Amino acid sequence: MSAYEQWIAFLTIMRKEVRRYLRIWTQTLLPSAITMSLYFLIFGTLIGKRIGTMGGVSYMEFVVPGLIMMAIITNTYANVVGSFFGAKFNNSIEELLVSPTPNYVIVLGYVAGGVSRGILVSIIVTSVALFFTKLDIYNWFVVISVVALTSVAFSLCGLINAVFANTFDDVNIVPTFILTPLTYLGGVFYSLDLLPEFWAGVSQINPLVYVVNAFRYGVLGVSDVDITVSFTMLIGLTVVAFAYAMHLLSTGTRLRT
Amino acid sequence: MPAALEISSLKKTYANGFEALKGIDLNVEEGDFYALLGPNGAGKSTTIGIVSSLISKSGGNVRICGIDIDEDFSLAKKQIGIVPQEFNFNVFEKVEDVLIHQAGYYGIPIGIARERAMYYLEKLGIADKQHVQMRMLSGGMKRRLMIARALVHEPRVLILDEPTAGVDIEMRRSMYEFLRETNQEGRTIILTTHYLEEAEMLCRNVAIINRGKIVTKGSIKDLLRDLNSETFLLDTQDVLPAGIEVPGYALRQVEPQCLEVDLAKGQDLAPIFTALSGAGVTVVSMRNKENRLERMFVNVLEGAS
Repeated sequence: MSAYEQWIAFLTIMRKEVRRYLRIWTQTLLPSAITMSLYFLIFGTLIGKRIGTMGGVSYMEFVVPGLIMMAIITNTYANVVGSFFGAKFNNSIEELLVSPTPNYVIVLGYVAGGVSRGILVSIIVTSVALFFTKLDIYNWFVVISVVALTSVAFSLCGLINAVFANTFDDVNIVPTFILTPLTYLGGVFYSLDLLPEFWAGVSQINPLVYVVNAFRYGVLGVSDVDITVSFTMLIGLTVVAFAYAMHLLSTGTRLRT
Repeated sequence: MPAALEISSLKKTYANGFEALKGIDLNVEEGDFYALLGPNGAGKSTTIGIVSSLISKSGGNVRICGIDIDEDFSLAKKQIGIVPQEFNFNVFEKVEDVLIHQAGYYGIPIGIARERAMYYLEKLGIADKQHVQMRMLSGGMKRRLMIARALVHEPRVLILDEPTAGVDIEMRRSMYEFLRETNQEGRTIILTTHYLEEAEMLCRNVAIINRGKIVTKGSIKDLLRDLNSETFLLDTQDVLPAGIEVPGYALRQVEPQCLEVDLAKGQDLAPIFTALSGAGVTVVSMRNKENRLERMFVNVLEGAS
């Protein structure tokens, strides 16, 4: 395929993905707005007033970046795992597999769909957050690059999950039993300084700690971990996930016989 | 001109050790209408799966329009359109979108894809379903859409895996008409089917595959010519006289006005007509008792087992 033909194939996959989540916006976009509004109201406004400051900022300001990042992670992951597994389940993935579309275009097309949903949800959640607090962005470059890298990384993780999934239960296992606990334990609602030394050390192996703190640094200028370490971890996660997704597609694991 | 499909020593052993293909050779010329026949589990779908890249081969070579799939599968894939046996759609997609997306995967811009989608939807008689979701289509309409989807990138070779399974007679006839027309335009068609009448009606050449091996192949006409016997049914105007016999022929009276005749290779029906005419019986119609290709198919499979 020429570069132009590959570009068309990429746009086709991305357009299909975007149209899919827009068509079912009540399942894909609305829940994040409602859930995050409740988080802002309960943790930020009601409980937050009694907590006072954390990391040198009000508790409401402290939780907003983490909650935006949580919405991005869950939505990008859910978008790709749901869509790719759905295509596998009804065999419509064969439409792509029999075509000359290269594997990396398939991966990038699905990732682009996930990233676009992540960005859209982050805009929605940020807009909701502005009803509760004001946000003065500390470093736009960090904010944009962390959102981009996180969306790509978790879209890729969703794709990998979808390749291995055999049932709809398998699609939900990782988000429910791994992703959500790691997000909650990743410093969305608290600073790692509050943890005993041992648990603060254990938290260092949670990749979500770096994602949440990198974004919080971009928004507020405060972070529990060094920003370069966070970027290194995020880039590392993205590269490893991309390489593994490519390996799965090129070997045809669970896709070809 | 290279062959549309050239398969040599193709082997496939699945992970559980089952040998689906034991080294098959096949050559389908450009422009041919070719039937790949065989009982269930013979290896037809495995062969198509390998050609379409959904199944990886264990050995051998496949060339599509002269392009070796091991050297440039991407280019080889552009030459073929696949109509699978099972429906493989996203049921929530609209009919038109299914075709536009498929064209997009082949690098066809959306404007051209939309024109082609309409062209094939009209050709296959489902243009009025353009904006309907897939789940709303009948089985026959889905089958026709699968053909349109396989053609939207205008491949040189169209491969259909049991395309008329579960399709009513009227719709089947219109599909035959479309496939004939497509073939006459120069496109090679390879067909697997359980309807042997369909293969005899449409195809020029045939290969019969059984237990992972090609047991016979060649022109349908030549293979039928090699049939050792045929059975005809003669319907008569008058009631047949009891105990009618013609030396050298096996006759059975199956009904008062119907005679069954076994015709060995080289024999003709003239002595039968003479005998019946002599007995004052007029023959009003004559037909093969069974599909001739079916007889050949059974003979070949029995010979192979």
